Amino acid sequence: MMRKFLSPLATVVALALSLSPAAYAESGWGQLNMTQGVTAMSRQIYGLHMLMFWLCVGIAAVVFGVMAYSIFAFRKSRGAVADTTLVHSTTVEIIWTIVPIAILVATAVPAATTLIKTEDLRNSQLTIKVTGFQWGWNYEYLNNGVSYFSRLDRESDAARQLGSGIDVRTVPHYLLNVDNPLVVPVGTKVRMLVTANDVIHSWWVPAFGVKKDAIPGFVNEAWFNVDADKAGVYRGNCAELCGRDHGFMPIVVNVLSKDDFATWLKAKQLEQNPPAAADASAPAAAAAASAPAPVAK
Amino acid sequence: MAYDSHVATDLDHDGHDHKPQGWRRWVYATNHKDIGTMYLVFAGISFFIGGTMAMLIRLELFKPGMQFMDPLFFNSMTTMHALEMIFGAVMPAWTGLANWMIPMQVGAPDMALPRLNNFSFWILPFAFTLLLATLFVPGGGPAGGWTMYPPLMLQGGASFPMTIFAIHMMGISSILGAINVVVTIMNLRAPGMTLLRMPLFVWTWLITAYLLIAVMPVLAGAVTMLLTDHFFGTTFFTAAGGGDPVMFQHIFWFFGHPEVYILILPAFGVVSEIIPTFSRKPLFGYEAMVYATASIAFLSFIVWAHHMFTVGMPLAGQLFFMLSTMLIAIPTGVKVFNWTATMYKGSLSFEPPMLFALSFLFLFTIGGLSGLMLAIVPADYQYQDTYFVVAHFHYVLVPGAIFAIMGAVYYWLPKWTGNMYDQTLGKWHFWLSTIFVNVLFFPQHFLGLAGMPRRIPDYAVQFTDWNMVSSIGGFCFGLSQFLFPYIIWKCVRGGERIGNRAWEGAHGLEWELPSPPPFHSWTEPPSDALINRGAAH
Repeated sequence: MMRKFLSPLATVVALALSLSPAAYAESGWGQLNMTQGVTAMSRQIYGLHMLMFWLCVGIAAVVFGVMAYSIFAFRKSRGAVADTTLVHSTTVEIIWTIVPIAILVATAVPAATTLIKTEDLRNSQLTIKVTGFQWGWNYEYLNNGVSYFSRLDRESDAARQLGSGIDVRTVPHYLLNVDNPLVVPVGTKVRMLVTANDVIHSWWVPAFGVKKDAIPGFVNEAWFNVDADKAGVYRGNCAELCGRDHGFMPIVVNVLSKDDFATWLKAKQLEQNPPAAADASAPAAAAAASAPAPVAK
Repeated sequence: MAYDSHVATDLDHDGHDHKPQGWRRWVYATNHKDIGTMYLVFAGISFFIGGTMAMLIRLELFKPGMQFMDPLFFNSMTTMHALEMIFGAVMPAWTGLANWMIPMQVGAPDMALPRLNNFSFWILPFAFTLLLATLFVPGGGPAGGWTMYPPLMLQGGASFPMTIFAIHMMGISSILGAINVVVTIMNLRAPGMTLLRMPLFVWTWLITAYLLIAVMPVLAGAVTMLLTDHFFGTTFFTAAGGGDPVMFQHIFWFFGHPEVYILILPAFGVVSEIIPTFSRKPLFGYEAMVYATASIAFLSFIVWAHHMFTVGMPLAGQLFFMLSTMLIAIPTGVKVFNWTATMYKGSLSFEPPMLFALSFLFLFTIGGLSGLMLAIVPADYQYQDTYFVVAHFHYVLVPGAIFAIMGAVYYWLPKWTGNMYDQTLGKWHFWLSTIFVNVLFFPQHFLGLAGMPRRIPDYAVQFTDWNMVSSIGGFCFGLSQFLFPYIIWKCVRGGERIGNRAWEGAHGLEWELPSPPPFHSWTEPPSDALINRGAAH
């Protein structure tokens, strides 16, 4: 048991000692910052984050510099004698009130501009309704007759059981993989209608810069538009504590080219609405969606 | 010095106090020092219980995969850790310090309402026994987070009503304690101790007490509505019945944000006492410090929704709460600058209280700066509910509030006991705590930015490395804390005797009393000369 527990530590030490840049980038040690993401908005958010970060580093450098200087220069052990008359200075106090105000106004402007853009939901080209439930997601392509559930994949689910004996490192995309990912096209403004049917969840895909709470009884809106050259698979998690398996309801988005998406959508439509029995599966899906209802009472 | 000895004989009533002996001294306690001691001991016990829960959390998060506990138990650990630390450790510690120090600092014999004082303390052990008992009822402890958001909270089992009742009791205790502080400060100040001569610790506590009186009833209202939603068929927070789950969040954070300042304002007061003492120089900008504290308290009522930027508020609401939140940086900045200016051209020495205050100064500022980042709404969409937030609020609460409490204990312990403690061990405690608190919490910034959500018992493998570092920091930090009760115990048992003034640069009325002070602190009001000597600003 102890050995099993210590082995990752040994790996970590070995890794730290033989650090090549490539290995560093792939290991967890290199995961230090926010993703730039794959949408114009996520990059703008990243820019804002870095602006605030360097601003804070700058402020810290100045403030910590003065503190450190005072601590070293005015030590009693070095014979420093206190200047007990230095207890007030209106000029200095006005300066250190005005300067922060100026800095805040300067940062508030880009922050507000970006915020206004995140709320601009006009001209969306595809609308998908996301319903969070304990513990997974339902995706409904409004006006396209496609709807399905998305849950943690079986392999992760088996590995994450207490005492499963499965080494989670061998599971591909452990806890970040689902059975049926959300599929969207590149270069399309996708509007997400976010809601829930039991408790509050939060739909978060870091690469899109989107996090929106899924609240039972209310419908929230969010949007994203993936760059034309950024087709791929993007992963996220539920970001609002939603009960026992909150940590086990990932989000996977498969971003396809527009053509591939059209093909996928057509196939999915056919699968879910076979020409002969077009309306047979719809009530079943609706019933399934309402199944995990609140349990309390 | 003749003056000091005169005071000592005049006030040395130790032989005359008619306090009950044995267990009655504590159960029937009406003395501010005895009640203060009980609060502090209670806070210490809660700190170790809440800390044990934190250790279990870090143990499960040491590596990916579920090793030790069911996810539901993990959730109840995060929930109970927060409740224990906020309501059981930090708040009672501040009330204990207020009990001990406020009468001594304003020149009063005791708190204004001694029996109320007894009642407000003795509610707490029952409240926390009830809360901890939830761990043994069917369904386990509360697991919906300390924020208790419905509808999740309403899914709780037998623990649900117990938790709510425990919170009601904690709230009553806090309100009564706060009333006592306000009445004591307003009515029992010695003649000549005008408001703007009061020590900063008294000022910050006065403002904290008003915050408590304002917001604890709001929390009580919110949890009562949860209770009736669950048991009496109301639908305050259920959309199907015309309610709104988000309304709970608004009410909760209208309590919750001032609560954050309830935890930190007394820390500002303590640091404003310690830094001048060990800089041998009066506090820079005393009045600005008072007004900055009041501004922060006012702003705390109009920023609550920054805890919930992702719930889907209208644009105007998000803009308002972003801007009001950014404003807090200004009075907070004033405070940090004033403390720095106090050290500037001082004559500094580095005893344990000063070390903890300096650690507070640096690390609280880091927490403040990440708070500024969190205020930026679009960036907050990425930070919200990740470990970045966990890192932020632990920086302001652990090296912020808790280090200030430890600094306060190291500052006033010689006054309370009459003995100097083992300063070498105190320095060990400081260095171990400061190093490991950073090993524990700094990597959590990386985890959050890289995309790790908070309140999860297991994580994707790319988060393994920094979680291991964080856990190792956590275990070492946790172990280091055993030094603290040991140092206190040793000091209570004996040590080098000290005079009235434990520290060369200490000013204030508490340092004019003998160490340990008489049972009834100031039976005669201190003279103007004494007050002037204390109020060096």
